This record gives sequence, C-alpha cells and structure tokens, in this order.
Amino acid sequence: MTDIVAPDARAGALPITIRDVTKTYGSVHALDHVSLDVRSGEFLTLLGPSGSGKTTLLMVLAGFTRPDSGSLRFGDEEVIRKPPHERDLGMVFQNYALFPHMTVAGNVGYPLRIRKMAKAEMAARIERALETVQLGGYGERRITQLSGGQKQRVALARAIVFEPRILLMDEPLSALDKKLRDRMQIELRHLHEQLGMTTVYVTHDQREALTMSDRIAVINHGRLMQLAEPRELYDRPANRFVADFIGESAFLPAERQGDAVLCHGRPLAHEGQAADGTRLSVMLRPERLRLMNGEDEPDTNRFPATVEEVVYQGDSFLMQARLEDGTLVSLRDVVRRDTLAGLPAVGAAVTLGLHARDTVIIPDSEG
Amino acid sequence: MAESAITGAYRDDARLDNSDGLRRDAFREQLALFGLCSPALLLVLIILVVPVGWLFYVSFIGADGSFSLENYERMWERKSYARIFWTTFEVSVLTTGICIALGYPFAYFLSQLPARAANLCLIAVLLPFWTSLLVRTYAWLVLLQKRGLVNDWAIGLGLWEEPLKFVHNMTGTLIGMVHIMLPFLILPVYSSMKAINQDYLKAASNCGAGPVRAFWTVFFPLSLPGLFAGSLIVFVLCLGFFVTPAVLGGGKVIMVSMKIASNVELFVNWGAASALGVVLLVMTMLILWVAARFVKLDQLAGGGH
Repeated sequence: MTDIVAPDARAGALPITIRDVTKTYGSVHALDHVSLDVRSGEFLTLLGPSGSGKTTLLMVLAGFTRPDSGSLRFGDEEVIRKPPHERDLGMVFQNYALFPHMTVAGNVGYPLRIRKMAKAEMAARIERALETVQLGGYGERRITQLSGGQKQRVALARAIVFEPRILLMDEPLSALDKKLRDRMQIELRHLHEQLGMTTVYVTHDQREALTMSDRIAVINHGRLMQLAEPRELYDRPANRFVADFIGESAFLPAERQGDAVLCHGRPLAHEGQAADGTRLSVMLRPERLRLMNGEDEPDTNRFPATVEEVVYQGDSFLMQARLEDGTLVSLRDVVRRDTLAGLPAVGAAVTLGLHARDTVIIPDSEG
Repeated sequence: MAESAITGAYRDDARLDNSDGLRRDAFREQLALFGLCSPALLLVLIILVVPVGWLFYVSFIGADGSFSLENYERMWERKSYARIFWTTFEVSVLTTGICIALGYPFAYFLSQLPARAANLCLIAVLLPFWTSLLVRTYAWLVLLQKRGLVNDWAIGLGLWEEPLKFVHNMTGTLIGMVHIMLPFLILPVYSSMKAINQDYLKAASNCGAGPVRAFWTVFFPLSLPGLFAGSLIVFVLCLGFFVTPAVLGGGKVIMVSMKIASNVELFVNWGAASALGVVLLVMTMLILWVAARFVKLDQLAGGGH
C-alpha cells in the first residue's frame, strides 16, 4: 500500500470506457446509447439540466442503476454486471450519506474496516485522509456536530481513504452556500491534482463545471450533446442546446450562401470556422457584445437596436436591447466610470458591435 | 447637534417606550394560554393524580382499617408472591423476545416493499387492533384446545399422534400474547426503518460492504431506536396484561394482574390489591427510567425521528 499522496498515484488512475449504455424507464430514455471515454486521471464533469440523465449515468458507473444494455470498462475490465461493492470506487453522495451512528473516524475508516485492514495502519490512514481534507484531529467528533462544509470534507475523506482509482461525485457542493462552494471548487480541483485519480463529477451548475473540469460532457435527454474542454465548450458550442445551457446567449438566424454566411441579408465577418449546413445561428453572448460609439471599426459586425432596460448589478451592468427583427439581446459590461458615463437611456437607439473573433456560427439545431 | 437633541427628546418621552404595556401584554398572553390548558390539566388531575394517590393510600391500610405496612410485608414474606412476580417477568421477557424475533424481520420485509404493497401489509398488521381482544383470545382457545382445529388437522395429516397441549399452560399464554403484542413492536420498528435514508446503504455498498455486512454495520444499528422503543412498549404492556394469560394460561400461569383480580374478587382485600398495583407501577416506572437513559421516550409515541 502506498501513501495517499503518493507521487505515482497518477499511475494508479484508471480510464473509463462507456459504450452504448442505454437505460429506459417505461418509454422514457434516461440514457440513450451513451458512449464516452474518460481519460485516466482526468477530471470530467457530466453537466446537464435536471432530468437529463447525468445522475443516471453516474449511478450506472457506481453500479446502483442497472442499464438495459451497453458496456462499461474500468481499464481493461468489463464491470457492467459487477455489484457496487466490488467496483472499488470512491463516491461522494449529494447529501453526503455519512453514517449518523458513527464518529468522523468511524465513517472515514469504514471502507478500511470492510477491507479488514490492521488497526494501527487504519488509524494512520484515517488521520492522513482527514488531514488531506483539512480536518486533522476531527476523528472523534460526531457527525451531527459538523457543519455542512465539514460533512462535505468527511464524505470526501471517506471516498479517498482507500485510494480508489476512480472517484465519483454527485453534486457534492449543491448544499453549501455560495462562498463556501466557490472555495470548495478550488480545493477539490487542487485535491484532484494532488491525488490524480480519474474523477467523474456531476453538476447542473455550468459555472462549477467550467471552473473545475478538464473536460465537460454536456448531457440532455439522455444523450451526449458535446464533450469538450471548458474553453471550447463555451466558445464553440456544438449546437443551440449547449450554447444556451452554457452561459447566456441570444441567437439570430443565419444562412450559408456560397462561402459567405448571411444574417438579415448582410454578410457576417467571422474568424472561426462556421458550422456546416445551410440553416445556421449566430450566437450573441452578453459579454462579447459592445456598444459602438459611432466609430467605424473594421472586422466588427453591427446590429442596430433599441434600449429596453438597463440594470445595475454592482460589478457589472446588464442592458437589454431589441434588435430590428424583434430579437431581445443582452449586453453586459463591467462597471467603470467611463462605461457608466456612456450608458444610453431607455428607448435610445444604439448600435451593438460583435467582433469577428467573437462571432460564433453554430448549427441551428437543438442537438 | 440638532439631531442629538431630537433623539434625547424621544428617549425621555415615556409614551414612546411602551415597555410596561408590552410586559403586561406578554403576561396576559401567558395567562390566556394557561387558561386554554386548564381543562386538560384538570382531566389529568381527576383521572390520573387522584386515583393513583388513592391507590397509594389504600395500599397502606391494613385489614383492621388502620395505617400499616402489612400489605407490603405479605408480599415480601410469602413465597407465592415471589413466584408470581417471577412468572410475570418471565412471560414478559419471552413475549418480548418472540415478538422481536418475528416482528423485526417482518418490519424489514415491509420496509423494502413498494409503498402500495407495504400499505396493504400494514393494514393486515393493524386489522387485529380493530377486533376485540377477548374475541381474539377465545379464538386461540378454540384453535389450540385439545380437540381444536390445530390438533385435529395435525393428527389428520399425521404430524403427531396424540393431541398436543397448547393451551392452559405457558405455551398457550405466549402464543396469545405474542399475537396481541406483535403490532406494538412492528409499527415503531417499521417507522424507524422507513426513516433510514437509502443512501446510507448505497454508501456502505460503495465502500465495499456486501449486502449482509451493509445490513449489520449500517441498517441494523440505525433501526435500533425503533426496536428498542417497540420492545419497551411490548414489555411494559406485558407486565400488566390480564385477559390473555387468564384465559389461555388456564390458572397455571399466574401474573401480577391476575393476583390483583383475585385479591379483589375472592378476598375483597383492597389493601393487598392496591399494594400489588403500586409495586407493578413502581417496577414499570423503574424500567422506563432506565430505558430513558438509552433512548428518547418521545419515540415511543411517534416511533419516528
């Protein structure tokens, strides 16, 4: 047995291969032929709205939900028919699921006790796991004496104490308040770098997913919508569902004519590769749009609009404006003296600018 | 300066303080609440405090009508009383034990069923509650007696040759009492099992525990409060049980309650009967007091968490 924080821990991580996993409840496809490769040592997030099937997929990985068909491999081993207690993976449950009749040490040591580890080594491992989650010396506390954040850490310690090569997390931060959640996101990220185990993380919070993940798998209606790194997912969504779910955006219809892409009959300047097909959409992100001050900048698409509302939000302001075709778009900018001074009044006619670099053209499909 | 002068004026003005009025309102509200409680308190006084006080008083009155301890001395001196207390204790412990052995697995089975099926089974558990205790006890007598249904059928099927003695002894008493007490055990155990979050078992399983280990290390300890509450109810009810042991015991199983009855009916000795009642009451209180150190007694009523 090696140390929990062993330098070669990354070598102990296992890749996960998911192939054509399908699960139906009656006529509803909770999972519809999902295939996904999780790389060894990767932090992969399953992101989707509630009811999308992301939790079902995690439960299939953990062995708590039996799929109708498909294949699941940890490394080279087929595990789809293995019962959960033989899968040897750590899991952090949404409500922590800490055993209320045991102390902190009892909870953290539970997987070791099941594995019949010697007392002395067990105590050392428990303490080390608790120190890893910054709860050293908390072993004798009762679960009921802990705060939400501490419970979260204990649940994490219990999931990593036996050095599993795969770690699953089911919305572990959803019960924490925002400040603690932000801090735990960074901590979990560091912990993952430190331990190096393959991690599959489920959340419906896109910001959380963007903050923590190496890659994000967006899931909707039991199907994989897109699998990509956070930056690419945000900047180049594969379809309207992903573009809509990750960040805010408005869409304008566009169409391909030869090499050019037209929006409202005007050709669009764009730098990135436009999507294939003829029916397309231009994605307008609030923070990518700018207020034009009359100056004629090259490489910028211009959209005349009428201001409908300006909302002050402390660190930023949000302006809603209606384009000529009736589409309501949002524009967000940081609050500085110069941006505040130049804010137009409600009802004013403005021109919104979108730089060619920020002009993303996606297929006009829901996925 | 002008501002502080204004606040000063506010502070000095008694009409803006209102503390006397607020205190009076609080007192009135408490008085009103007490007034609403008083019928209940009066009821408790009339049907509980006065009779129990009377019971204590009568138990210290001797045969000649003067104050004496003879009713308690008799219990101490005569062997038959010790035997009666022992029998009471034995029947209660055995009944409780058998109820646990039968009721716990049944409650577990119920807790794992889907809601509809579990509700149907719960109705089956509760059904006996709606039937008279006396009828149920005599029904057992009819079933279990020498030429009863059970013996007739078993002999007819060749299970045993001679009629077995099921009633008018300890066996009959236990069969009848277990049947009557079982719901009192099943209900609290079931409700404490239902309160166990299924995620605990998933977590145990994820930690590597097989179904059997997960049950003993997680489910069973978490169901103990309900089991303890149910056992306590059954045990305490058994201590004072009368009808079933009287009918099915056939005079061979004498419990404290039956001795109380015979003291009153045969010997018209209210003092002796009261003293037995007091001892039974004190014993029960002692058991509850000890039990309270292990489990919250309010669980006895609700059974939940």
